[in-house]
Amino acid sequence: MDESDTLTQLDPRYKTMMRVSAGVVAAVLLVAATIAEIAIPGWTGVVWLPVLLVVAYLVIYLPMRRYATRGYSLAEERLRVVRGVLFHSDTVVPFGRVQHIDVDQGPLERAYGLATLTVHTAGSHNASVSLPGLAHEDALAMREGIRAAIRRDTQ
Amino acid sequence: MSDLQPQGRRTDPKGFIVRAVMMLAQLVIPLGIASVTIFDDGDMGKLIWAAPFIAALIIFNVVIAYLQWTKLTYTVGAADIRVESGVLSRAARSVPYERIQDVSLEQKLMPRLFGLVEVKFETGAGGKDDLSLTYLSEAEGERLRELVRNRREGVSEVAAEGEIVPPEEADVLFAMGPRRVFTFGLFEFSLAVVAVIGGLAQQFEFLLPFELWDLDEWEQRLAGPGQWLAGLGPLAQFAGLVIAVAGLTVLGVATGLVRTALREWDFRLERTAKGLRRRRGLLTRTDLVMPLHRVQALRLNTGFLRRHFGWHSLKIISLASDSGGANHDAVPFGQMDEIEPVIGVTGFELPPIDAKWARATKRYRVDKAVLASLVLLPVTILVAIVGSPWLWLAPFFGLLYTLAEQFWRWRHDYRALGERQLYSRHGWFSPSLAIASRVKLQSVEIAQGPIARYRGYASLHLGLAGGKLRVHGMPLAEARRWRDAILDSIAGTDFSELLEMKCAVAA
Repeated sequence: MDESDTLTQLDPRYKTMMRVSAGVVAAVLLVAATIAEIAIPGWTGVVWLPVLLVVAYLVIYLPMRRYATRGYSLAEERLRVVRGVLFHSDTVVPFGRVQHIDVDQGPLERAYGLATLTVHTAGSHNASVSLPGLAHEDALAMREGIRAAIRRDTQ
Repeated sequence: MSDLQPQGRRTDPKGFIVRAVMMLAQLVIPLGIASVTIFDDGDMGKLIWAAPFIAALIIFNVVIAYLQWTKLTYTVGAADIRVESGVLSRAARSVPYERIQDVSLEQKLMPRLFGLVEVKFETGAGGKDDLSLTYLSEAEGERLRELVRNRREGVSEVAAEGEIVPPEEADVLFAMGPRRVFTFGLFEFSLAVVAVIGGLAQQFEFLLPFELWDLDEWEQRLAGPGQWLAGLGPLAQFAGLVIAVAGLTVLGVATGLVRTALREWDFRLERTAKGLRRRRGLLTRTDLVMPLHRVQALRLNTGFLRRHFGWHSLKIISLASDSGGANHDAVPFGQMDEIEPVIGVTGFELPPIDAKWARATKRYRVDKAVLASLVLLPVTILVAIVGSPWLWLAPFFGLLYTLAEQFWRWRHDYRALGERQLYSRHGWFSPSLAIASRVKLQSVEIAQGPIARYRGYASLHLGLAGGKLRVHGMPLAEARRWRDAILDSIAGTDFSELLEMKCAVAA
């Protein structure tokens, strides 16, 4: 297995969703910065400027990088999840070790038609591996696929 | 079918007595404190008023314990075990036989005096959610255990009807007599206990007839009335210090001995048809069976001092949880030639002589040492400038320790990937060797921090049921090779087959 061969990209809507959730944090930061700016007399922009930089990083750069570094593959009856901008992790769970599967949707994910797929194993470390940012129907299809593979193995 | 009761059974009536006694014992302490605070003026008149309330409280509690006892019933059904309980609110829990991983029996001191056991049905749900029946007779506990086991094995209960199954005799794999327990206790000398006792002695020295750390006092004491030692002032001080240290050492050793004896007394590990059976304990005797097919990995530990005498301990990492941890002590204290047969029984093996051992990359150790220096060196300098004269020694020794540890571990930490197993040896003061079966791993993760990515090494985190297994500082290419090899092994067997393999591995 190579670094990036056959990795499937997440749904592009996931990038937008990450931007929206970062936007909420950004809005709070901006409000706080505005209050600080008004409260502290002196040069304009001494609080605004650094906060704007942080906001730009959170809303524009980070979702882009995160989206670019994430990916998954289902080849060879194995779920492979790659993630991490700074701390890189590359996890593989063979279908034969999956105990049960969750497909979750948060409110924001539902608005974008996305879902998070979580597979649970009996292990103590990495006992559950989750893969966010899948289109809901893809997540359901993947769940069915993994389930069918498990049933085939147990019979 | 003699064992299937249509209606529920109650627990042993003596269990109610035990519960009542234990509850009263819990009541005595608050009552004692209350009476001390209320009656400290010595007015006995109040006692006459309070007595009926206390009596009513005790009777109330006993009645509640009685009602709880009458309402708690268990039913051994055809497909499951059901327990119904509750006086006002009723709770019913059913556990199908297929989900019961194991039945363990535990005897605390009080129930033991009455010949009662606590029966726990382990389902793998972990701790609190497990089903337990407090206080059945020993015979009933054994019967339930056999019943559940046989049902899991698919043995029909009818076949065993009528004949009384004698408690099965098994080969003893490992046992510890009083002498071994004593030796073990000597090595269990705990610095932490000494530190705690030393600290307590300082806190509560007003309770002691002498002052532990007051060297002048010791000088006087040793000098005695004759004053003939008075001239030897510093020597007497030194003697006092020696006595204080020796006292703490004796206390530390004694604590180790007592704790070990309580836990490990009459340790027996046997091989039975159902797995490894372990019994141990002086006051609380535990009896536990570890099914062989559920052994996930082994851990061989030793200590800083005991290593030089050849003492090792063997722990079994298994799917079921021991009270507290998932690691079961199989051989707490033994020589390698005693441990080896036990390892053989579990279906694992010690690393072969020609195993290809590899160290963590030099870069990984260097980076860790550099990182530690980057933090601790400025701290040392800062403290040396600002802090009190000797305080800078603390971070300085911390730094020296980290550097020495990294060097030591670079020399002594090894990993190897065998045909069926993988091995990881690590640790400085108490080196340990983990032996894991490649097939029984759950997932594989390659993790890299920013530095690791820049320097081209990675950590391998392996999903292990009931434990943690990480191999640090592998070159990225090797980590990938390990992952592919392990995944190929895993893919061959489904998880359910792992559970059903029974003793096939060990046979």
